[in-house]
Amino acid sequence: MLCLECPYCGVAAEETDLHPGGEAHLKRFGPESSDDDFTGYLFHRENPKGVHFERWRHVNGCGKWFHAARCTNTLEVFGTYSAQTTEPPKDLLDTIRAKRPGFTWRDIA
Amino acid sequence: MKRYSAFAVAREALRNQTGWERAWRKAHPKKAYDVIIVGAGGHGLATAYYLGKNFGITNVAVLEKGWLGGGNTGRNTTIIRSNYLQDPSAAIYEKARSLYETLSQDLNYNIMFSPRGVMMLAQTEHEVRGYQRTAHANNLQGVETTFISPSEVKRLCPIIELNGPRYPVLGALWQSRAGTARHDAVAWGYARACSDMGMDIIQQCEVTAVRREGGRVKGVTTTKGEIDCDKLGLVVAGHSGVLAEMAGFRLPIESVALQALVSEPIKPCMDVVVMANTVHGYMSQSDKGEMVIGGGADGYNNYTQRGSFHHAEETVRALVETFPMISRLKMLRWWGGIVDMTGDRSPILSKTPLEGCFINCGWGTGGFKAIPGSGWGMAELIAKGYSPLTAEFGLNRFREGRFIDESVAAGVAH
Repeated sequence: MLCLECPYCGVAAEETDLHPGGEAHLKRFGPESSDDDFTGYLFHRENPKGVHFERWRHVNGCGKWFHAARCTNTLEVFGTYSAQTTEPPKDLLDTIRAKRPGFTWRDIA
Repeated sequence: MKRYSAFAVAREALRNQTGWERAWRKAHPKKAYDVIIVGAGGHGLATAYYLGKNFGITNVAVLEKGWLGGGNTGRNTTIIRSNYLQDPSAAIYEKARSLYETLSQDLNYNIMFSPRGVMMLAQTEHEVRGYQRTAHANNLQGVETTFISPSEVKRLCPIIELNGPRYPVLGALWQSRAGTARHDAVAWGYARACSDMGMDIIQQCEVTAVRREGGRVKGVTTTKGEIDCDKLGLVVAGHSGVLAEMAGFRLPIESVALQALVSEPIKPCMDVVVMANTVHGYMSQSDKGEMVIGGGADGYNNYTQRGSFHHAEETVRALVETFPMISRLKMLRWWGGIVDMTGDRSPILSKTPLEGCFINCGWGTGGFKAIPGSGWGMAELIAKGYSPLTAEFGLNRFREGRFIDESVAAGVAH
């Protein structure tokens, strides 16, 4: 079973305590944006076979949203971090780069 | 190709079964093809088959990274139905269902199509109204479905408990011409027919790059070398995102795990397919006697072909309420497949930003039922650049806001 540590309450939460919330760090585009940007924001998703950044909610726990970095090919969890950020923290990226040399995700490399 | 017939069975019985030949040739890639199809699952093979049969294009290779029919074609719960709400869906799924009816004769290969009937249980007032609406829509579309009463449900499927504690059965959407088929046989039958037309089916040949030249597709690089092509069809379900990235465009698709399981085999007790979408579960009985059970997809991206235990548990828990007699059955096998989900839960059969490259994906949790129709439309799209069957399923429908919204229409299970 997938296990993620909630960065707020510190609980090692099992999958049944969590709710998946889709791709992390989406940049939102509104009515004034171009069709391409708006389509991208609404529909296009990273769908990597490998490192992925996601939103999760500790729904049967503290109830808070947070972020997780996970490998979709092995289900390895690299770490979790606060929801109050627009990009993954540097130390987590270093950890992932060490484990998955050459990984890319959107414009992160 | 030697035809299968009662005579052939008798002949081989007399000569000790020594005269059977391989169903399809083992092939090695040539330098170039008119069309390369990536993915030898049902949809890819059906596309190749109708390219040859309907358009005479037989210089075709079907590339498969694993083994033929080893992905979702061999992992689904084999349900065939066409009771969708939206017109474009009804058209392509009904085309598929009607092709399934004569596919065994068409391919000279017994796909064991069993039009045993599919019922989708209405277990809330909203579902009653929703399915009545679908039945009306289907009648306008020329798809024969009816909304039936609880007593009719009980007559068709005596093992159902109508008065379950949480969700009593209030009726059902019934499609008597729907049913099941043998999933492996569909892939094998198409493969045999493709091979007979001279197409190359190349297994254990993974595409590692899509080669482009001046905004046009030139060919692919594979684990068995470079192969050129005029046109390229990507029909790879769960790995569509990976292939699209190689071809240089993005898709509105996320890949998640969908699971199914079968019980130990028991004596025949159920001769229809029952889907219970409110509680996320569906069940039928295979010819071997196993109860074939499927449920909802997992909620997060996954390429491992394994799902979460608790999803399977929820499915079984829900079904036990509606079918109390299965509570003592043991589970025999349990597996997962990677399905490609679009936002509107409808497939994408489309040209792509890369000229000469076509994509057929996004069938999500319900591709098996569509295989012949999908191949029929995709072949026309590749051969002529347009197909009335696939016209509404283009990639640009998201940008233009023309969704074919089956996520609301179909509840969950497809």
